[in-house]
Amino acid sequence: MSENKGVAVYCEIKDDKIMPIAAEGLGIGRKLADSLGQELAAIILGSGVGNYAQQAIAAGADKVYAIENTQLKEYQPDIYVSVLESAAKQIKPLIMIMGQTDGGRELAPRLAFRLGTAAILDCVDLDIDGESKRLLQTKPVYGGNAQAVFVTETDPQIATIRTKAMTALEPDASRKGEVVNIKAEIDAAAVKTKIVKRVAEEVAGMKIEDAAIVVSGGRGIGSAEGFKQLEELAALLKGAVGGSRPSCDNNWIPDTSQVGLTGKIIAPDVYIAVAISGSSQHMSGCSGAKTIMAINKDKEANIFRYARFGVAGDWKKVLPAFTARLKELMAS
Amino acid sequence: MNIIVCVKQVIDPEAPPASFKIDTENNKAEMHGAPPVIDPYGEYAVEAALRLKEAKGGTITIMVMGVNLLREVVKKPLAMGADELILLEDEAFTGVDSLTTAQALSLAIKKKGGYDLILCGREASDTNAGQTGPAIAEILGLPCITIARKIEASDSSLKVERATLTGYDVIESTLPAVVTVSNEIGEPRYPTIKGIMAAKKIEPVIWKPGDIGLDLPAGNKTKLRRLFQPVHEGKCEFVDGETAEEMAVTLANKLRESKIL
Ligand SMILES: Cc1cc2nc3c(=O)[nH]c(=O)nc-3n(C[C@H](O)[C@H](O)[C@H](O)COP(=O)(O)OP(=O)(O)OC[C@H]3O[C@@H](n4cnc5c(N)ncnc54)[C@H](O)[C@@H]3O)c2cc1C
Ligand SMILES: Nc1ncnc2c1ncn2[C@@H]1O[C@H](COP(=O)(O)O)[C@@H](O)[C@H]1O
Repeated sequence: MSENKGVAVYCEIKDDKIMPIAAEGLGIGRKLADSLGQELAAIILGSGVGNYAQQAIAAGADKVYAIENTQLKEYQPDIYVSVLESAAKQIKPLIMIMGQTDGGRELAPRLAFRLGTAAILDCVDLDIDGESKRLLQTKPVYGGNAQAVFVTETDPQIATIRTKAMTALEPDASRKGEVVNIKAEIDAAAVKTKIVKRVAEEVAGMKIEDAAIVVSGGRGIGSAEGFKQLEELAALLKGAVGGSRPSCDNNWIPDTSQVGLTGKIIAPDVYIAVAISGSSQHMSGCSGAKTIMAINKDKEANIFRYARFGVAGDWKKVLPAFTARLKELMAS
Repeated sequence: MNIIVCVKQVIDPEAPPASFKIDTENNKAEMHGAPPVIDPYGEYAVEAALRLKEAKGGTITIMVMGVNLLREVVKKPLAMGADELILLEDEAFTGVDSLTTAQALSLAIKKKGGYDLILCGREASDTNAGQTGPAIAEILGLPCITIARKIEASDSSLKVERATLTGYDVIESTLPAVVTVSNEIGEPRYPTIKGIMAAKKIEPVIWKPGDIGLDLPAGNKTKLRRLFQPVHEGKCEFVDGETAEEMAVTLANKLRESKIL
């Protein structure tokens, strides 16, 4: 038995708030901590972190470990991994949860190695095994064709969670918690890479992760020209345009609009899939949509196994008529 | 510039999902009727290596760890233009976890030596783990850059664009380093006839756990409890109509009436 105890959630900060995924981590973390009868802690690092502690407490944390250092202002993986290593050694959690974010996906495996344990990435479910009290970590494998349940036999058991797979608690501003400042030395020699520039590629219009309606196109669209018709429908519905990987690889739409396992995981109210076959990797990114509607000329296409409504036909004929009719209906 | 590329043999991720089956007894997955392939992101890493070789010269060594490696599959990177193939092939490599995989590959990389750059895929299509590259970097104490969409190298340094969910970061590092490669790097080339002929003549080097000093079973830190296929009921309502236009109009009416749109 190790002396490790409790659940710790690494809370990333963005736009002056703890990220939604951090709140989701605290949501599931609360459940796990309660089921173990142990404490839920949040780990926040950066500069001016004190401001975020109450947010983490409102989201479910009993305790916040704050690591304040101006060198942590900007994300740098070598520094962040060594600070998290130091934090984990001081806190000694039984379970550590991180978001499957740009940072989390590279920090978690490196951190796990340094702590002599293992990480399971992109979990869609976390639970405590009734018998062994170990963490059952469910994650999609084989591109989403299957799910695997893993158990890590060393501590801390590190997991990253998929966006929107877990539910955050309703923030409760009246919750009380303790804030503990801890120190972590930053070893300049550990810094091996230098981030010289960060580029945000602005997409015109709404972002797919924020839109209630997403119109998405696949390889069958055939050209950037074709995507104009998808944009027209998206504009009418006040939605966003997304696509499968081939649509991004062909530069018909920006890479940041890719839906799927290695793109964005979205859960809009309506997902309109046009000329997308519905590979498991693509569906990983959109199967959380409330209603999926598909247009595909192949009636056997896998997308129809997920779709609530389908049109088996050529999108070039279906889409203009569909958009025109909707326009009429919406005008009246 | 000498590059080592880690590539894996996997079941074909692009085969129709209907061919995917799980052997629940052995917690193993199969693609019925589809032969294995090299893992797609590993193939993107091979492409990245070939482009660097074109720009800087040097050699490309491919490393594959696994069991029952089909020569026609694992030789594909050679046919694309890589120079050498090292296979870590042994029954003992069945069902090893990410860390043990990284340990085995790291030992093999050390034994091989003389490298400037190690490339992996961003994630294998079967594990979807994305752990091997970062773990190799930790084990060998090398700089680690993940999810590369562009790689430029000089004699002693590297400039990489890392794809992020909002755009990309430009990252510099010294060499040697470990970089994991994403699809934005560009489509892998097809093997040429000449390449396929050349690959036929290259005999893979085969290393057993003992050859690299790997003590197996070192014991996985993670255990696979269960492997299962999520079910989709698949209740798609296909709209009727004589023509595509008719179907489109019916669908628009239906979605409007039901207040979905
Ligand atoms: C590890 C890994 C990660 C991946 N991550 C992602 C990811 O994040 N996102 C992603 O999308 N993919 C991802 N992929 C790729 C994925 O496996 C598929 O190759 C991809 O999703 C296929 O895209 P598609 O449906 O647009 O193309 P295709 O599979 O080629 O399908 C095109 C469809 O268009 C239909 N069509 C063609 N013409 C017309 C027409 N005129 N009218 C109507 N229908 C038409 C066809 O019937 C077909 O169904 C990943 C792959 C791997 C191995
Ligand atoms: N058994 C293996 N042999 C060679 N390379 C591997 C192996 N497993 C993983 N890799 C490399 O590591 C990448 C990421 O794999 P993973 O960490 O399993 O997602 C793959 O794309 C390969 O480049």
